[in-house]
Amino acid sequence: MEAYINLFIKSVFIENMALSFFLGMCTFIAVSKKIETAVGLGIAVVIVQTLTVPANNLIYTYLLKEGALSWAGLRDVDLSFIALMACIGVIAAMVQILEMVLDKFFPALYNALGIFLPLITVNCAILAGSLFMIERDYNFSESVVYGVGSGFGWALAITAMAGVREKLKYSDVPAGLRGLGITFISAGLMALGFMAFSGIQL
Amino acid sequence: MSVRQFLDKIHPLFAKGGRFEKLYPVYEMVDTFLYTPADVTRGATHVRDSVDLKRVMTYVWIAALPCMLMALFNTGYQANLAMTSLGMESAPGWRGAIINLFGHNPWNPLSDLIHGALYFIPIYVVTIVAGGLWEVLFAVVRKHDVNEGFFVSSILFALTMPPNTPLWQVAIGISFGVVMGKEVFGGTGKNFLNPALTGRAFLYFAYPASMSGDMVWTAVDGFSGATALGLGALGGVDAIREAGIGWFQTFFGFERGSMGETSTLACLLGAAFLVYTRIASWRIIAGVMVGMIATSTLFNVIGSDSNAMFAMPWYWHLTLGGFAFGMSFMATDPVSAAHTNLGRWIFGALIGFMTVLIRVVNPAFPEGIMLAILFSNIFAPLIDYAVIKANIARRIKRHA
Repeated sequence: MEAYINLFIKSVFIENMALSFFLGMCTFIAVSKKIETAVGLGIAVVIVQTLTVPANNLIYTYLLKEGALSWAGLRDVDLSFIALMACIGVIAAMVQILEMVLDKFFPALYNALGIFLPLITVNCAILAGSLFMIERDYNFSESVVYGVGSGFGWALAITAMAGVREKLKYSDVPAGLRGLGITFISAGLMALGFMAFSGIQL
Repeated sequence: MSVRQFLDKIHPLFAKGGRFEKLYPVYEMVDTFLYTPADVTRGATHVRDSVDLKRVMTYVWIAALPCMLMALFNTGYQANLAMTSLGMESAPGWRGAIINLFGHNPWNPLSDLIHGALYFIPIYVVTIVAGGLWEVLFAVVRKHDVNEGFFVSSILFALTMPPNTPLWQVAIGISFGVVMGKEVFGGTGKNFLNPALTGRAFLYFAYPASMSGDMVWTAVDGFSGATALGLGALGGVDAIREAGIGWFQTFFGFERGSMGETSTLACLLGAAFLVYTRIASWRIIAGVMVGMIATSTLFNVIGSDSNAMFAMPWYWHLTLGGFAFGMSFMATDPVSAAHTNLGRWIFGALIGFMTVLIRVVNPAFPEGIMLAILFSNIFAPLIDYAVIKANIARRIKRHA
C-alpha cells in the first residue's frame, strides 16, 4: 500500500507532468485563462488519464510486449515497436467512446466538458503518461495509480496557473510580453516553485 | 539653501518640457522619499491614511534593523572565530587591510562589527546599485514612478545571502529578482512571487556551489563549517548539540548561516513591529507557526530509524535556518500572499507544512522555507478564489 501512496505523491508533485516535464503545454497555456474552465479541463484530464494508462498497460502487456503473445502460441513475437502508434490509437478511441457515453448518459457533464474532451486527444501529457508507464514497466495496479496521479498533478498545475493568470489580469505587463510571453514566464517561475520537490526520494 | 528649496528649484528641469524630462521618475523618487508629497485625492470619497506606500516600505526596513545588526555582528563574529581557529594572523585582500587595523578577536564587538560590515555592506551596496539600475531603467522607459518596494526587496535579498557570495552573483541574483520577479509584471503590487526570494532561488539553482555546502557560511576563505541546520540534516538534534551549539545559541543567532537569518530573536522583534504597525498579517505568521508545529509533531510521532530529522522537535525547527526570517519578512509580503483572512491562515499553514516537509524528507535541500514560500505564492490566488467562492455559497444559503 505504501508503495502506491509513494507512487501517487511522486506522480503528482515530484514528476509533475506540466511543471517538471513541461508536457501538455499547448492546452496548459491555452485553457488557463479562467479557473472554472481550468478545473473542467483538469477533471477531464484526470478521467482520460485514469482510463487510458491502465488500458494501454493491458494492451502492452498482453499484445505488444516481447513474448506477450505466448497465450496465442506465438512465443517469439515482439510487437513493442508499434507501442507508440497503439497508444495514440487507444487514446483517440477512448476519448471518442468516453465522449459518446457522456453524451448519452451524462449530458450535463458532457456539456460542462464540451470542447475539452476532443482537445485532450492531442494533449501530449496524456500520451506521455502511457509512454512513461511502458518505459518504467509498471504493472496493472501501478498503472492505475500512476494514471490518476499524473492526471491529478497536471490538473493541479493548470488550476494554479489559472489562479495566477486571473491575478495577473490586474498587472501592467510591457506591451511586447502581453499574452503568451508573460504566460510562459509565469509557467517558468511556477516551475521554480515546484523545484521544492525535486530530489525527494520515495 | 534648504534641500526643499533646492528640489523646488531644479523641479522645472525634470517637469514636462524640461531638459531631463525622461529622468522625472528619479527626481520623483528622491523628492517623495525625503518629503511627504502634498497632493491628495480629489473628488469622490476615498479612504485616506497618513501612511502611504513609501512609509510602509520604510517601516519594513526599520523592522529589518535588528536582523541587519545581527548580520553585521554575527558575520564578523563567525569570521573572527574561524580565523582564530585556523590560526590566521592576518586576513588577505582589501578587507584584510582594514580588518587588520582592528584585530580579529571574536570577543571584541567592534572588531566583529567591522569585520561583518566589510562583508555585508558590499553585498548590500551591490544589491542596491544593480537592482536600482533596473528599477530606474524600467521607470524611465515605462514612465511609471520608481517603486518603493525595491527598498524592501533589496534589504531582504541582501540579508538572505551567505557572507561569502561573490558580488557578481549578488548582482545577477537581484537583477533576476527585480526584472523577472517583478518588473515584467508591471512593478510593485503586480507580481505573484516574492521578488527577493525569486532572486535568491534563482541564485540557489544557478550557482549551488556558492549558495550551499559547507564552505560559504563563514566569511573566511578556505574555512569549512556546516550550518546548524546542515548538521541537523545529517544527524538530527544530537549532531547539533555535539557540535557545541545549544538551543539558546540558535535562538540568539550566534551560528553560521545566511547573514540575516541566524537570529530568531531579531526576526521575531521585526515581526512584532510589522504586526504592530499592521503591515504584516498576524494570521499568516500564526498560520506558518501552526503548520510548522503540526507537521513537525506529526513527523515526531511517525518516527524513522534512518532519518534523524524526523525526531527534530518544533522549537528547533523554529530557530534553525531561515525559518524565522522567512516567516517574519518573506511570507508576510502583502503582495504575493493570500488576501483573504481565512486564506491567510491556509497560506501560512501551507508554508509551515512545506518547510518541515522539505527539511525532513527532501535530502537534496537542507533548508525548505525559501521554496515553501515560493510554492505557496503560486497557490495563493487559488486559495483566495476558493475562500471567496465558499463565502458566496454560504451567503446564498443564508439568504435563500
